[in-house]
Amino acid sequence: MDYSKLLSDKVQVIKPSGIRKFFDMLSGMKDVISLTVGQPDFPTPYHISNAAVESITKNKTYYTSNSGLPELREGIANYLDRRFDLRYDPASEIFVTVGGSEAIDMALRAIINPGDEIIVPEPCFVCYSPLIEIMGGVAVPLYTDVKDRFKVTPEKLRPLLSDKTKAIVLSYPNNPTGAIMTKQDLEKILPDLLSRDILVLSDEIYGELTYTTAHTSIASFPGMRERTIVVSGFSKAYAMTGWRLGYVAAPAPIIKQMLKLHQYGIMCASTASQYAGVEAINSGDEDIQYMKEQYDLRRVYVVKRLRGMGIECFEPEGAFYVFPRIDNFGMTSEAFCQKLLDEKRVAIVPGSAFGAGSEGFARISYAYSIDHLTIALDRIEEFIKDLK
Amino acid sequence: MDKKILELLEQDGRLTAKQIAMMLSKEEGDIKKIIEEYEKEGIILGYKAIVDWDKTDREYATALIELKVTPQYNRGFDAIAERIYNYPEVQSVYLMSGAYDLCVILEGKTIREVALFVAQRLAPLEAVTSTATHFVLRKYKDKGVIYGPANFDERGNCN
Repeated sequence: MDYSKLLSDKVQVIKPSGIRKFFDMLSGMKDVISLTVGQPDFPTPYHISNAAVESITKNKTYYTSNSGLPELREGIANYLDRRFDLRYDPASEIFVTVGGSEAIDMALRAIINPGDEIIVPEPCFVCYSPLIEIMGGVAVPLYTDVKDRFKVTPEKLRPLLSDKTKAIVLSYPNNPTGAIMTKQDLEKILPDLLSRDILVLSDEIYGELTYTTAHTSIASFPGMRERTIVVSGFSKAYAMTGWRLGYVAAPAPIIKQMLKLHQYGIMCASTASQYAGVEAINSGDEDIQYMKEQYDLRRVYVVKRLRGMGIECFEPEGAFYVFPRIDNFGMTSEAFCQKLLDEKRVAIVPGSAFGAGSEGFARISYAYSIDHLTIALDRIEEFIKDLK
Repeated sequence: MDKKILELLEQDGRLTAKQIAMMLSKEEGDIKKIIEEYEKEGIILGYKAIVDWDKTDREYATALIELKVTPQYNRGFDAIAERIYNYPEVQSVYLMSGAYDLCVILEGKTIREVALFVAQRLAPLEAVTSTATHFVLRKYKDKGVIYGPANFDERGNCN
């Protein structure tokens, strides 16, 4: 059988995730100390897990409505108001997804016509461009600069805006850089966004994990709510990655279209996860605070150690990654990471996995205990000494 | 900031002054000084490993003993508590509200040894009016640590 003829051309041309390649290589190796994981090391808070267990034993094991449990949507609406000053109608402007990833997918599918351009600031998480391309859209990379602390600036944005621009993705706090966009940073790009009919896909999955200032959502500015699709989820804030629970908040006409895709493709998010979500969103603020404080200690520690080795390291203000610059060692990021793995048995992710604009950097996750980080950083320190 | 150091050390007593200094953006020397101060003042009383002896071949028996005692004029429960806690076999002594007065946690090599200690050392004390001994059958969790298989990182690499 010639499968290439039977399979979708569009799907076949999509490249597999660059992160995967590196991770697959690690999977067989035993003695490697890893700094690659992109998820919290904390277990899901017990009261949250218990809410799901209880829902199961009480036989709450049916489909929910397509948009999710009404009490969960209500909880999300209250939460968005309480934490980010965003007001959405839980009945018509919010629905519950299988993780933030589904929300991103549904949003892109709901808005793209063939030929539409979507501006994607890089470095960024790997999912946007493939999902855009599969819809026949064009992902237009906006290469953010370490000099701008990896933020989107009007100078970088303006030249990319065209008649074909349908939307811009804003993914802050950012994976892999740890960059954030503050209220003032967002204000600077507002005129360009407000002067034309384009949408913002604001991926705020790390919105709870900012360390220097509280997260500001682009949707909270006057005039922006109607242009913004906010996607977020429970994974990072509540250490709930495996529950696959996210949500989207957007104007009703957008939600209406997205919901059709969700209805046919997904039906509804897992019911037990949704009950856990109700507990998290209503009673999880303290859990978030605790975990955030722990991440912050590690963040400061890791940046200090890396700078102490003479590595240029931009100060990350959100998420749980640092993105040190490694291009002065005369190697590609992939070669650097491979050599570090071979010689010191430490795994970090080469910047190249996050798009062309990320070469010369590497991602280090600090979602690990201090002891783990100390051992890994000691080895990196030896490695750097050997290189010099 | 001071409480932060205590919280960190309570979580992990092996953290070095250097690690703590880097986490809190302080000087290592300052952290060392503060910790020494805590030790001098008796705010930090010691550092110990948490050992699951069930995973070794060491024999031991632990018991929780409820003691009813007559408080002493002027010194309340302090004098009798002191007499009890000075025995090295005694792991913990708490003054309790409720049905009894002192909760004593004892450790010995065998159940017989612990029982003898209660009969020969605790029960005869003049202030002690009654004892009730409960042997620990299994430790599930102690000092916030679950007694079970060692943790390993199960997290998948997804993003």
